[in-house]
Amino acid sequence: MDATALTAWLREFARLVAENKDELTALDSAIGDGDHGVNMDRGLTAVVAALDAEPPETPSALFKKVGMTLISKVGGASGPLYGTAFLRMSAAADAELDGPGFAKVLRAGLDGVVARGKAAPGDKTMIDALAPAVDALDAAFASGAGLADAFSAASEAAARGREATVPLVARKGRASYLGERSAGHPDPGATSVTLLMRAAASTLGAAG
Amino acid sequence: MKKLINDPADVISDALHGLAAAHPELRVDFENRVVVRGDAPVRGKVGLVSGGGSGHEPLHAGFVGAGMLDAACAGEVFTSPVPDQMVAATQAVDGGAGVLHIVKNYTGDIMNFELAAEMVAADQGTEVVSVVVDDDVAVQDSLYTAGRRGVGATVLVEKIAGAAAEQGRPLAEVADVARKVNSYARSMGLALTSCTVPAAGRPTFDLPDDQMEVGIGIHGEPGRRRVPVAPANEIAEMLVSPILTDLDFTGGDGVIAFVNGMGATPLIELYVMFNEVTQLLAKNGIPVARSLVGPYITSLDMAGCSVTLLKADDELLRLWDAPVNTPALRRGV
Repeated sequence: MDATALTAWLREFARLVAENKDELTALDSAIGDGDHGVNMDRGLTAVVAALDAEPPETPSALFKKVGMTLISKVGGASGPLYGTAFLRMSAAADAELDGPGFAKVLRAGLDGVVARGKAAPGDKTMIDALAPAVDALDAAFASGAGLADAFSAASEAAARGREATVPLVARKGRASYLGERSAGHPDPGATSVTLLMRAAASTLGAAG
Repeated sequence: MKKLINDPADVISDALHGLAAAHPELRVDFENRVVVRGDAPVRGKVGLVSGGGSGHEPLHAGFVGAGMLDAACAGEVFTSPVPDQMVAATQAVDGGAGVLHIVKNYTGDIMNFELAAEMVAADQGTEVVSVVVDDDVAVQDSLYTAGRRGVGATVLVEKIAGAAAEQGRPLAEVADVARKVNSYARSMGLALTSCTVPAAGRPTFDLPDDQMEVGIGIHGEPGRRRVPVAPANEIAEMLVSPILTDLDFTGGDGVIAFVNGMGATPLIELYVMFNEVTQLLAKNGIPVARSLVGPYITSLDMAGCSVTLLKADDELLRLWDAPVNTPALRRGV
């Protein structure tokens, strides 16, 4: 995986978020402040524009540009969380990534989200989709799976993790003010992470 | 939706241009959406920066000026500003004595200010200390929530820490004063109506004509419970009781009592509420040392009010009484 392949992944993520903008916003209206779809779409539109203007030449440069752009454009809680994830991925990325190398980079991103948001699995946050996805990637590569199978497993793990947030009571973010009333809805951040992993399956997985 | 706006997407920009036109003593950086004291940076003085989502006016930009904030960052409506804005504000007010960030306790605000402080430290070496305001007793404070929201006490923190900075106190002391105000202040709010975010175009939640929501925040978040509309004396009891249960207000030099309007409630009703609040405090043996009544931290066009009580001592009262010269709070100048 080089910068070109990874750029295709993030462009597909941007496309999926734009396509699902209203759904993300509706989910966030139920238990948050109703701006997740609009904010992520604004940020990723800026990311695509930045990548068009000056295509980064290395994975590290790509992730850095994505992280800085999201931090500058998204606001709310999602901007710092996604932004920190990509900045940590930038620091962890080599010039060329194989499957296990990508899994290591994505785990660095996950660690960044945990450090920034101080949330744990089960708090009804994006971590509940991202952590199982990273675990699934590691497990798949450890058992010798190819890119297609590994990214497909990661995408499914993220979707299952997102479904598992439905009954949870939120402990972080604005949804936590609702207490018990936050149960019965999927977490919007976990939902956008499923789009990130679905995009990985259809781009990075297909390339392998 | 009936609002005095042009394109909903332009509300913040249009309002900042209005603020700049009305207050030539302030500098407005339209690109970064930062409002700065005209004479900033004030050499040798600790700079005070705050900011948050828009929709709470006059907070924060209305409190920029001598004796209060040096700069305020305006986010989208009810959405935290981004770190670039806070970095620009911090640079603009750094007079060599360090900068205090006053942050309301919301997940987005905390993380964006945290990133900004990291970016400033890495780039310029300006010393930044952050103080978090979390005074809303409606939210249970535990490890299992985002913690209490920052509401009415934010106004008191900005005024009192602003006075301490104006006296030339060092950063650590100004931060201590801000923390002391936060630790001695408690708030509780109530909504008679929801509010309408311009970009959304309809009320954030449904509240029937005969119901009110007790324990609301300042972003149209639902409150603790929904109850039938009641007379002002009963409403005052619903707001003051949980505050007095949460902190012992006796034994000091009385309280600074702040009855705040949520945006659409007329001042006459706020004075009705203030009368009820003072009677309740008298019944509990708590003298009112100073008062503040008016819409100072609002939630767009929400009707309702919040009560904030700050346990006062000699130091806090002297800082409260110090001169202040901002668009929304001006006295002694």
